[in-house]
Amino acid sequence: MNSKAYALYKKDINSELRTRYAVNSLVMFIIVAISVILFSIGNEKITQSLTAGLFWVVIFFSAMSGLSRAFVAEEERGTSLTLHLIASPSTVFSGKLLFNLILVFCMNTIVAVLFSILFEAFIIRNFALFAVSFILGNTGLAIASTIIAAIISKAGAKGTLYPVLSFPILLPLILTCVQLTLLSNQGADFIEAKFELAIVICYDVIMLTGSYMLFDFVWKD
Amino acid sequence: MVWKIFLFILLAFVSIAGIAFPIVPVPHTWYEFPLIPGLKENAKIIFFHVPTAWLSVIAFLMNTIYSIQYLRKKDLDDDAKSYAAAQLGIIFCILATVTGAVWARFAWGSFWSWDPRQTSIFALLLIYGAWFALRSSIESEEKRATLSAVYAIIAFLTVPFFVFIMPRIMSGLHPGSADDTNSGPVIDFKMNANMQLIFFLSLIGFTILYFWMWNLGYRSILLKNKINKQSLKE
Repeated sequence: MNSKAYALYKKDINSELRTRYAVNSLVMFIIVAISVILFSIGNEKITQSLTAGLFWVVIFFSAMSGLSRAFVAEEERGTSLTLHLIASPSTVFSGKLLFNLILVFCMNTIVAVLFSILFEAFIIRNFALFAVSFILGNTGLAIASTIIAAIISKAGAKGTLYPVLSFPILLPLILTCVQLTLLSNQGADFIEAKFELAIVICYDVIMLTGSYMLFDFVWKD
Repeated sequence: MVWKIFLFILLAFVSIAGIAFPIVPVPHTWYEFPLIPGLKENAKIIFFHVPTAWLSVIAFLMNTIYSIQYLRKKDLDDDAKSYAAAQLGIIFCILATVTGAVWARFAWGSFWSWDPRQTSIFALLLIYGAWFALRSSIESEEKRATLSAVYAIIAFLTVPFFVFIMPRIMSGLHPGSADDTNSGPVIDFKMNANMQLIFFLSLIGFTILYFWMWNLGYRSILLKNKINKQSLKE
């Protein structure tokens, strides 16, 4: 099963590298979103908590613009029936989740680098805490958006519906991650952030279990 | 029939008692409520606001239970039941949000201040909204039932974060949250016995009302489906 999931992931990566559709549009989306924020800020000094919030606003909307590709592309090309034949639902989900994880990590690393270059208030003082919360938060984001993408693709690939459906699901994660980013920018210890970290870990585990159990129903028509 | 009269009397009593019974510093007779510091006369909303918030969560729970039921048995009746529960849920959710906001205007000074409880009720509203948006986007009946059931279950997984974890670790203004010193756990300590009695009577009354409305709601959906099928056959 694992080798099949890996093969699916390789296939997605290859087809992505051939067209570079998702990567190009995502990078441009991030640049556009950040420049809009920079224009609207102008010469104002913005606080650390606002910067942490804006960081996750950019991440959320870039995720919403790019992560539905994994499943919607299969439906558009009509290849989902072939996937039904060759792999079990959980394998398909693993493959797609792996692809989305890689995409989310690349995307958010770009966002983090751009933010620390462009925003004065965005200084990571506790890098270990930032890294841990970044990894946990991105994992949760990838899991939740993958299962919602599967629902969307079966609902006829309604583009506008994707952020609408994802936002309430992602809200606890985003609220906690904003808090964690703020704490790491303020240079807080792990002890101070233990509640938030526990929430994010719980969220990841619950979402992962839930999506593996429910994906069968979405995938089988 | 008897229980309908009983429900009418119960709700009438709760409404009259909740609005008309006076709040005094030291209650002597059975119809007087104690003064809760920091809440004062505003405390009376507990008889109407808490049941609506409670029912919006109960409706969501029933929506999820019938969604699980649907995924197990693929019986469209369960889909109708979960749909009826969600319809009532969104009504009670809006009622809870509005009554809460009006109360907040007088207790905290502004209609909306992103208290953790307000955030969670807002998220619940968004979930209901998204659920109905998803349903309206799918034509096929079975597909709509399956996908909305899956979405309802996933959305339900986030509810513990909003309802139980967030308000308790984030500091907030709402009575009963983590650093709430002035009006403490309202239900346990600050209410006296008769206030508690009327509060729980109100909770019971509203819950019975909800189940009655839900029963009517899903039966009317089933009948509508039946009529549609018969008219298709002819």
